[in-house]
Amino acid sequence: MTTTELSPPGAANAAELTNASVRLAGKRVFSDVGLTVGRGQFVAVLGPNGAGKSTLMRAILGLLPLESGEVTVLGRPPAQARAAIGYLPQRHAFDSSTRIRGIDLVRLGLDGTRWGLPVALTGAARERRRAESERVSDVIETVGATGYAQRAIGELSGGEQQRLLIAQALVRSPQLLILDEPLDSLDLPNQASIAAMLRRICSSEGVSVLLVAHDANPLLGYLDHVIYMAGGRATSGSVDEVITSAKLSELYGTPIEVLRTADGRLVVVGQPEAPHHHGARHEHDHPHDHDHVHD
Amino acid sequence: MTPTISPNPIDDLNALFTFPFMVNALEAGTIVAVLAAVVGWYMVLRRQAFAGHTLSVMAFPGAAGAALAGLPTTLGYYLACGGAALLMRGARSSPGLGSPGRGSGAETATIATVQTVGLAAGYLFLSLNHAVLGGTETLLFGTFLGVSRGQVLALLLVAIAALAVVALATRPLLLETIDPEVARARGLPVAALDLGFLLVLALAVAATSQITGALLVFALLVAPPAAAQQLTMRPGLGLVLSVVFALVVVWLGLGVAYFSIYPVGFYVTSFAFALYLAARLWHATARRCAGPRSA
Amino acid sequence: MFAHDFVRNAYLAGTFIALGCGVVGWFVVLRGQLFAGDALTHVAFVGAVAAAVVGLDERVGLFVLTLAVAGGMGALGRRGQADDIVIGTVFAWILGIGVLLLAVLATSPNGGTGIAAANTLFGSIYSLTPGGSRLAAAIGLVVSAGVLLALRPLLLTTLDSELASVRGVPARALGVGFLALLAVVTAESTQAVGALLLLGLLAAPAGAAHQLTARPYRGLALSALIAVTAMWGGLALSYEIAALPPSSAIIGIAGAGYVAATLFARARRHR
Repeated sequence: MTTTELSPPGAANAAELTNASVRLAGKRVFSDVGLTVGRGQFVAVLGPNGAGKSTLMRAILGLLPLESGEVTVLGRPPAQARAAIGYLPQRHAFDSSTRIRGIDLVRLGLDGTRWGLPVALTGAARERRRAESERVSDVIETVGATGYAQRAIGELSGGEQQRLLIAQALVRSPQLLILDEPLDSLDLPNQASIAAMLRRICSSEGVSVLLVAHDANPLLGYLDHVIYMAGGRATSGSVDEVITSAKLSELYGTPIEVLRTADGRLVVVGQPEAPHHHGARHEHDHPHDHDHVHD
Repeated sequence: MTPTISPNPIDDLNALFTFPFMVNALEAGTIVAVLAAVVGWYMVLRRQAFAGHTLSVMAFPGAAGAALAGLPTTLGYYLACGGAALLMRGARSSPGLGSPGRGSGAETATIATVQTVGLAAGYLFLSLNHAVLGGTETLLFGTFLGVSRGQVLALLLVAIAALAVVALATRPLLLETIDPEVARARGLPVAALDLGFLLVLALAVAATSQITGALLVFALLVAPPAAAQQLTMRPGLGLVLSVVFALVVVWLGLGVAYFSIYPVGFYVTSFAFALYLAARLWHATARRCAGPRSA
Repeated sequence: MFAHDFVRNAYLAGTFIALGCGVVGWFVVLRGQLFAGDALTHVAFVGAVAAAVVGLDERVGLFVLTLAVAGGMGALGRRGQADDIVIGTVFAWILGIGVLLLAVLATSPNGGTGIAAANTLFGSIYSLTPGGSRLAAAIGLVVSAGVLLALRPLLLTTLDSELASVRGVPARALGVGFLALLAVVTAESTQAVGALLLLGLLAAPAGAAHQLTARPYRGLALSALIAVTAMWGGLALSYEIAALPPSSAIIGIAGAGYVAATLFARARRHR
């Protein structure tokens, strides 16, 4: 396992996982996984569907306990670092009749956990509210969504919704941004532009980005390093080190070939069907999901 | 002995206010309108109309059961509605996942079963008490014009409590409604919020159905908020509009019913529906005028 | 017990009504249209009252209004399925009209029908005539046949609407047609189980079946089986216990079946 460390000495890594294993519903999802995301790095967790990537994200967020091993975020246990993490869960598109504006969604990213009446009574409170509104419009501009933030989120396209959701995750100026399959249901142009946008945000705002994907191609050239998960284990390093026939064959335990096309894209051939895990993700599956995306 | 409308509207209004029962009805109606409009706004956003309707119908077995057992009917209302709320939540195998109360088959089957078993029980109680004829109509359609001072005060207290809870939880509730995954990741008690809202809904329904009757509470919970949401997506403005609409509908309904032989419930529901249609019409024409941008 | 005419009539009508509800209900649950079903059952009640006001046989009102509203829902919604807010507001409005009609009925020459109203709301299966029960049986059978004939297209369009339209399945027509079948079974079953309780026959056996199996043919059979069992059990129980109304008994058993199935399924998942 090789890792590349770019963070200044002394500063805790954005996220660090050592020898971690997680068990869900009696079944071991992965074991002995190590992962390091340095400050300001752009890291992807790759692998076939069902490999446990979302579970890994949840473990880093502290939403799942580890069976063994350690996890720290910004040098602290995940639960304590929550305020500094922006999270974009894997999700289906919003119902087309959801009547809430994008800007309100982003705003809720900022104050959605605040109990109490949403009225600003004192001068200081009004000042804070004004500053927050400014922050919301700033972050919306950063993701390029200013043109449609006032519209109902249900009416927007997949790419537009995703930008607003990224804005929601960014609005509290997190130090670590965790995105679970952000490019999942997008078309190729959108995948490319959002990947580029994430890289830009990573560099300019100094946010560490950890994202899950099942296809490395939109991210090639942006990644600092990758973690590849398969068969309950993981290996990490740079793209060239990890996505090779030798490394992946070792990981899967069966012959895998990695081919490079003429335009530089990587194709992984020979992956066996990944085992089905009855994680929380599948509880979202019911017949009506199809309705959202196709109308 | 129906009062007749005179040419002078001022005289008519004064006539309305001379009778204590009418004043009580108007006060009760005002409180009911505000409570239903606010709680209903969230209910509509959360797409829990089916649950709301079921809860409103639970008042029927509650009152019938209380009469049979010799308990105060008010107690029956609250117990039945509260119990149903707990049953509907308890039926979820994994609390909080997925949007609450939406089309998911298992959830709606539970709601439907709770509703009909409750009604079947209510019918049983009534027939055991030999009260089927009179009981049915009163329980289902209400006695708006037979409200006592004590009932008005009790209603006011319950309304204040329910509204306070909703006000304090307004932002977390909004975030949890729109984005349960992110809410959970941020540490919000998603299951508690779900159950809490359902209990507040049950409370509001139990309190109001004593006056408007089990079947008509629903009109106030659905139509004014739905109309408001057609006109605006901003939460604050939407809530205010919802309340205004509900007040207009109730006052108009009570006022007109005073001079008519026909029941209040008919007028209230008709005005509410007309309002909703008008709002939809406005929304549709506004979109057309705004042009292709909002398509 | 079967020596009595009214019991035989009840069992005849009840069996096929339960069959229809079980079969239609299985799809209603799958398509997430239980709220629409709820609305239709209440609309049925209003239809019956409207017919009484005008002096017609209540069945005319039952069928006409439910079919009309079902058609409206199908037309307004996408792919023949309406938004729950729309359903809710229309529902509430129609109930308001029901209130009006009840008031009119009470003062009209056709009035004094408190009993009729209660019967429409809660059913009166033991007062079916032989002709009436044969008609009910026939309708139940026809509705079930209708669903079974359209089984595969209906399944396809429910589970994967895009694939269905690519294959040329007319989603909207099917959706409206299905709602029409639902309207018919609703209107007919009102006489047996009553408008308010009929949703239970649509939802509980189907819900139980969906808990126990995801396979369509098995699910349909199971749903029908549970519905008919609830019907027979309810009729038998209410015959023995005079104080127990038949519709309450039937719904009680159906509900118990749903609870049992849910608990069983949950236990099976956690093993």
